[in-house]
Amino acid sequence: MADAAQTPLLRMRGISKAFPGVQALSKVDLTLFAGEVLALLGENGAGKSTLIKILGGAHQQDEGTIEIDGNSVRLNNPLKAQAAGIGIIYQEFNLVPGLTARENIFLGQEPSRVCFIPRAQEEEKSRELFARIGVEINPSTLCRDLTVAQQQIVEIAKALAQDARIIVMDEPTAALTPREVECLLTVVRELRSQGIGIIYISHRLDEIDAIADRVTVLRDGAHVTTRAKEDLERHEMIELMVGRSLDKEFPSHECQPGDVRLAVKNLSRGTKVRNVSFELRAGEIVGLTGLVGAGRTETARLIFGADKKDSGTVELDGKPIGATSPRDAIRCGICLLTEDRKSEGLVLGLAVQENFGLPSLHQFTHKGLINREQESDAFAKYVKQIKIKISNHEQSAATLSGGNQQKVVLAKWLQRNAEVIIFDEPTRGIDVGAKYEIYQLIHQLTDEGKAVLMISSELPEILGMSNRIIVMNEGRVTGEISDVTNATQEDIMKLATLREEMAA
Amino acid sequence: MKNLDNGKLLSDYGNVLVLLLLCVVISVVTLEEQSPRSTAAAENLAAIIVGGAGKDANILILVRRGEGQQEFANTLKNTLSKAGLNVTDTVVGTPADARAALGKQTEALDVIATDEHMAAFCLEQLPKLAKKYPTLANTTAYQPKKHLWPNFLKKENLLNVLKQISVVAIIAIGMTMVIITAGIDLSVGSLIAFSGVITALSIQQLSGGADPTTGHLLLGCAAGIIVCALIGMGTGGLVTLFNIPAFIVTLGVMFIAKGLAFIFSQSAPIPIANEGFAWLGRGSDLIGLPNSVVLMLLLYGIAHVIMTHTSIGRYIYAVGGNPEAARLSGVPVKWVLVFVYTLCGLLAGLGGVMEASLHITGDPKSGTLVELQVIAAVVVGGTSLAGGQGKIFGTLVGALIIGVIRNGMNLTGVEAHMQSVVYGVVILIAVMVDQLKNRAQKTN
Repeated sequence: MADAAQTPLLRMRGISKAFPGVQALSKVDLTLFAGEVLALLGENGAGKSTLIKILGGAHQQDEGTIEIDGNSVRLNNPLKAQAAGIGIIYQEFNLVPGLTARENIFLGQEPSRVCFIPRAQEEEKSRELFARIGVEINPSTLCRDLTVAQQQIVEIAKALAQDARIIVMDEPTAALTPREVECLLTVVRELRSQGIGIIYISHRLDEIDAIADRVTVLRDGAHVTTRAKEDLERHEMIELMVGRSLDKEFPSHECQPGDVRLAVKNLSRGTKVRNVSFELRAGEIVGLTGLVGAGRTETARLIFGADKKDSGTVELDGKPIGATSPRDAIRCGICLLTEDRKSEGLVLGLAVQENFGLPSLHQFTHKGLINREQESDAFAKYVKQIKIKISNHEQSAATLSGGNQQKVVLAKWLQRNAEVIIFDEPTRGIDVGAKYEIYQLIHQLTDEGKAVLMISSELPEILGMSNRIIVMNEGRVTGEISDVTNATQEDIMKLATLREEMAA
Repeated sequence: MKNLDNGKLLSDYGNVLVLLLLCVVISVVTLEEQSPRSTAAAENLAAIIVGGAGKDANILILVRRGEGQQEFANTLKNTLSKAGLNVTDTVVGTPADARAALGKQTEALDVIATDEHMAAFCLEQLPKLAKKYPTLANTTAYQPKKHLWPNFLKKENLLNVLKQISVVAIIAIGMTMVIITAGIDLSVGSLIAFSGVITALSIQQLSGGADPTTGHLLLGCAAGIIVCALIGMGTGGLVTLFNIPAFIVTLGVMFIAKGLAFIFSQSAPIPIANEGFAWLGRGSDLIGLPNSVVLMLLLYGIAHVIMTHTSIGRYIYAVGGNPEAARLSGVPVKWVLVFVYTLCGLLAGLGGVMEASLHITGDPKSGTLVELQVIAAVVVGGTSLAGGQGKIFGTLVGALIIGVIRNGMNLTGVEAHMQSVVYGVVILIAVMVDQLKNRAQKTN
């Protein structure tokens, strides 16, 4: 633990940054000591990413100073930040998939531009680095063959190879399985014990609880508070981030399941989805969970017609639908909110309104021409209802924060008025306040008699939201939990790791 | 916010600015003394002569032979005669004719009314001739008033620019849509030749050796266009069903169509025995503009509406921007791709018919390298080869920029190989500007 008298490793003072139309940061302070983990909390759009990009030299602050070991530094490009001992691990990794772990670690650090690469030496050093982190990875493996968690370790090793003393991790666990998260936290503790200062950004409060020494909260581009974690209760963290009090993480809801709306029978595709059957009733939220790679998303894609199924049937209200394309499925009344908004949910180059209207253009088309005003009015309704933060309807979807992008996707499908809605990780990367709104929306849908299938890796979310839980492992349904109120995360994990031979 | 709007404005209409700038530069470079030859100019000249020479003056009209010159001379003669002057002779011919006419004067000649060519002749020869023929001793030569005006900005020249770009610009509509879906179509140049040959052959077959009727011509054109549309559909099918990159598929189609055009035509241009066929390519009887230009503007209007106000337009942008997200949003991605390649083929077929109409011949050699001009127009027009972005009117502006540069270089006598170099530089600049624009957007 750091003591207050020591010179901070990093001190950012009065940092302000404006973008056209937005004041992203105003007079934000951040102090980081060697050998501590500082959690940086804030809703989407609170300014965390901007602050990190300034630290990484990708953006320049309009005002304010940055000191490292008490010396003022100017970080006006990423190389300078690197040289100053700052290593940033962004959500999207900067690894070359076709190069090996070793090559990636030393990329850009070759002794000179034209030379033979001291291969053995690098090999030796990468092993040392991995040993220092406490993870075993073969330095000669191609990065594309590594798991996401392993790639993250390579990123960390790369930062250490450049003598980083400050490591920033932006949502490092977003794509990790629970076991991998545990591993990563161990790595972070190890780095801390070696005197490295770590800024840890995450929406998952469990992790913050487990790892952080101090917590800095940002809201709307301003510094709210910095406190030792012990002085912060979990609900307090949420309140500080959101700026108002939330009674609980999940809204309460009464559910009276009606008739069966969607019936999936013996759905199969290769080894990813094997003989999956389940039913969704009107007004019901069914949670579908399992470890990453259990076949949840693949199952959803089969129902939606996005992939070709080998066998099995999908029935909607008792009638079989042979959806061979998403277009068919949508027409029948099924929609899928994909997990990856950027690559599957939105056309980033199009305006938000155009994204919104994409599946429902026929509703706005008269005599072959799109009535943009009608489309705009319909969109405006959702902008208000689910509080989408945009400056205008013509704004390109790429410029929105993650949470707002998710809301645009949500609005898009609400407008389509589907009967069965499949949510794949609806709250991934979304801040607590927006999460609550999305939960409320899901409840609202079930109140209207629609059936909801919610895929999620976050067990508290599954337990808090579902009326029934289906657990998958290795492409099979390994169990169903009907009595959700008395179920625990352990119950789910037991089913999620149940192997085939034991499942029978 | 203000900055952002300016940036957007510049990126949306930046190439219009470039076009205007080019027009200004070329206008300045081609600024020249103009001698008008219109009937109005003739009347104007007559009035000056009447004022200067007085009644009963003997007048000889000398005009060099050429387009519209007879009309100029006639107007001059009629106006002068009406004013009571004595027009002894009217010569529309060569300097030799002029010399002969001057030698034949029996009475003292007061005035010679000329156009600018003959004025130069008179200036040089009149003093010598006056020594030889006493009738010319007191003769003054008049010519129309000169004024400064850029050759570039003459109406005929501007219409010519439009006419020259019409084929490329029309095909560029289809190409813009293809490129917005992140594809490319290299076959359009060959399809021009193929369409022309098919059209000419169909007309020959339909008319069975006799002179083709208008019906035969229309059917022949339809055949050329439809065949190319079907080839485009085939291209789209290969791109979507087999997932072959468009570059490769259309490269193949390019060679096949070119080869077939030569095989079907037996390597010789096929004439079309009806002058009426030239209506589209050479005619100019719609609202005072060449027919091909009217067709071009009409198609651009329609294409603009399609791209901005219809589902298929929105789908085209969506497919180019993110095919997977588009598919998962219920966009019929394959159908959209087949549509754009079919349309591109159809428009290339139309371009082939226009070329054939211009030359009243189905020529297997036509359309060579036109695909690159078309792609250049699209790129210069601001459409990104990465897909998802681009505007139909941007392409029209792109085609105009290239047309205007070519015209400017022709007017100032830049030779062909140098022109090629300039096109290359223009394309590179356009792509660089596009990149800078993207970068500016990213940092915003």
